[in-house]
Amino acid sequence: MRVHAGGWMRREWGLVRLAARTVHHGLLAAMVAMALAIGVLAAPPAVRPLRPQAPLHRIVSLIPAVTEMLFAMGAGDDVVGVSSFDHYPSAVEARTRVGGLIDPDFERIISLRPDLVVVYWTQTDLIARLDRAHLPIFKYRHAGLADVTATMRTLGTRIGHAREADREATRIERELDAVLASVAGRPRPRTALVFGREAGALRGIFVSGGVGFLHDMLEAAGGTNAFGDVRQESLQASTELLIARAPEVILELRPNEGWSAVRLRQEEAVWKGLSSLPAVRSGRVYILADDRLLVPGPRVAEAVRMMAGAIRGTGSFPTDPARGTGVGKY
Amino acid sequence: MTRAGLPSLPLRRGVPLVALCLVAMIVAIGAAPFIGSTPIRVARVFSRSTPFADNIDAQIFFIARLPRALAAALVGGTLAAAGVVFQGLLRNPLATPYTLGVSAGASLGAMVVMTFGAAWPVGGVASASLAGAGLAVLVVYWLARARHSGLSTTVLLLAGVTLNAFFSALILFVQYLSDFVQTYRALRWLMGDLDVASFAPILAALPLVLVAFIAFAWLARPLNLISLGADAAASRGVDVERAQRVAFFSASLATGAAVSVGGPIGFIGIIVPHLVRRLVGSDHRLVLPASTFFGAAFLIGCDAVARTILAPLELPVGIITALIGGPFFLWLLIRKR
Repeated sequence: MRVHAGGWMRREWGLVRLAARTVHHGLLAAMVAMALAIGVLAAPPAVRPLRPQAPLHRIVSLIPAVTEMLFAMGAGDDVVGVSSFDHYPSAVEARTRVGGLIDPDFERIISLRPDLVVVYWTQTDLIARLDRAHLPIFKYRHAGLADVTATMRTLGTRIGHAREADREATRIERELDAVLASVAGRPRPRTALVFGREAGALRGIFVSGGVGFLHDMLEAAGGTNAFGDVRQESLQASTELLIARAPEVILELRPNEGWSAVRLRQEEAVWKGLSSLPAVRSGRVYILADDRLLVPGPRVAEAVRMMAGAIRGTGSFPTDPARGTGVGKY
Repeated sequence: MTRAGLPSLPLRRGVPLVALCLVAMIVAIGAAPFIGSTPIRVARVFSRSTPFADNIDAQIFFIARLPRALAAALVGGTLAAAGVVFQGLLRNPLATPYTLGVSAGASLGAMVVMTFGAAWPVGGVASASLAGAGLAVLVVYWLARARHSGLSTTVLLLAGVTLNAFFSALILFVQYLSDFVQTYRALRWLMGDLDVASFAPILAALPLVLVAFIAFAWLARPLNLISLGADAAASRGVDVERAQRVAFFSASLATGAAVSVGGPIGFIGIIVPHLVRRLVGSDHRLVLPASTFFGAAFLIGCDAVARTILAPLELPVGIITALIGGPFFLWLLIRKR
């Protein structure tokens, strides 16, 4: 598992602020000089509001994982806007939707008068506009498993919920440690972690490479990523590559679309088309239809436990019809 | 008889060239399964001492690579032949199998099922793309017929181009409603993918392709005469409207079937016919079979490059054909003026 330096976000944030301030001051100096030169008194520039140190109460989160974190650290009441992809916890349904990664609704965001906007670090246009509006930003970066708890702590400190965030992060780490302990010393089967496939066919199969939280989760759950040598978050696995890598376990992650147990079995049976794969021959193909598996948030330890159960073969996989659709009922 | 300024070879002298293209296709199909990202031992592939279930070399050869080479042959040959027919039908050397909106319709069908597909009954993305292609063909045909007694190729062209744009807008709309994984997969589908993983998708498309090729065989002579102009063709006893209708539907059927197998792989339908015409001239009795065979060999070659150049990653084959096709298209455009 790759462990990232916990404070990178703080550091990066500091640098950005410093750069912004330098530019800001430089511009200010130039303006004053110009004003003096033409003999006009320059109007005082807009004063940048001080970043509140007290708890924040109007937070907009464009990232489902971070929304879950905010709720987990007891700041759910302070969340006023969420992304169009947020569905957990159920309280988010009552919050204002402000778009997503590609289509953030800037007007709606500022109309909520937020005191913090959580954005993806790649949303550079949005970040520039929020900066112009002097709105404080928390930049989120999709990374490894260790970043989940690191992000929670940084975010908790930022919004005045440091203690709750630390408690929650410690709980997650303890639960992850428990899973790690439970798989220690066991055989680590070569596992393909599939997160996309054309329904009903063995085409368009996308798997996790050796980078990112899905890979980290798989390794923590006691599997060996069959595509761990590919230094990418994801890759399309061709038939040839699948046969050559001969996975002993196939875990297929899907969002919970309410598929019936019959439908899930049908989709698992599709893999019989590659009957030579060890995973198919030994019946170790599992479709896990659960949203928790795809959100690197506070429920990540549950997700890893679920994967570990499937890899060990002790989980109730494939889906237990008695429990209804999908494995993830919450 | 000349088209595109190229003299036609006498049929007798063109036949060996067609045979050469056929040989190229057979060699390509035979050689492609030996090329790939994973080294395989040829002796083990055909060894009977190991059961097939334990013989990874044989599995890679027979499950991964051979169906793939055949899929490339089917798609490449079909798109190239459909390109020839569309160019003859529209009497426009820049026409491609995708000009009249077939691929946009097919893509829309595929996108819809990829995004909202849980309810789609059978056949998955392939059948949905075929349905989308069918819809596009019917709309274009209806438009081309609406205000003319016959089949106006000008209206056909305009309707096709417009429908292409409209369907592209709908594709963007569907994309907008889908999540990241769906968008990613959809985008990848649009770049073309010949990794069929079994013979089933090829066999499913084969009957449609065969019907289209029977029509192509019948079309060779009428297309030759139509290339002289509709009136000239009619004066020589060609039922121009019927020939156009057959050409439109058969080439659209072929294109829809090919796209349902490999996605909308670009440029094959324009590069290959033009290269082949330089070789054998413009007689459709030579251009059609030669394009089919050469198109098959060409796409097998492109796919072999696509799946080995970045191994173990795969480059979408549509990128390779587009990298070759883009400059080729421009060259064609400049040369024409």
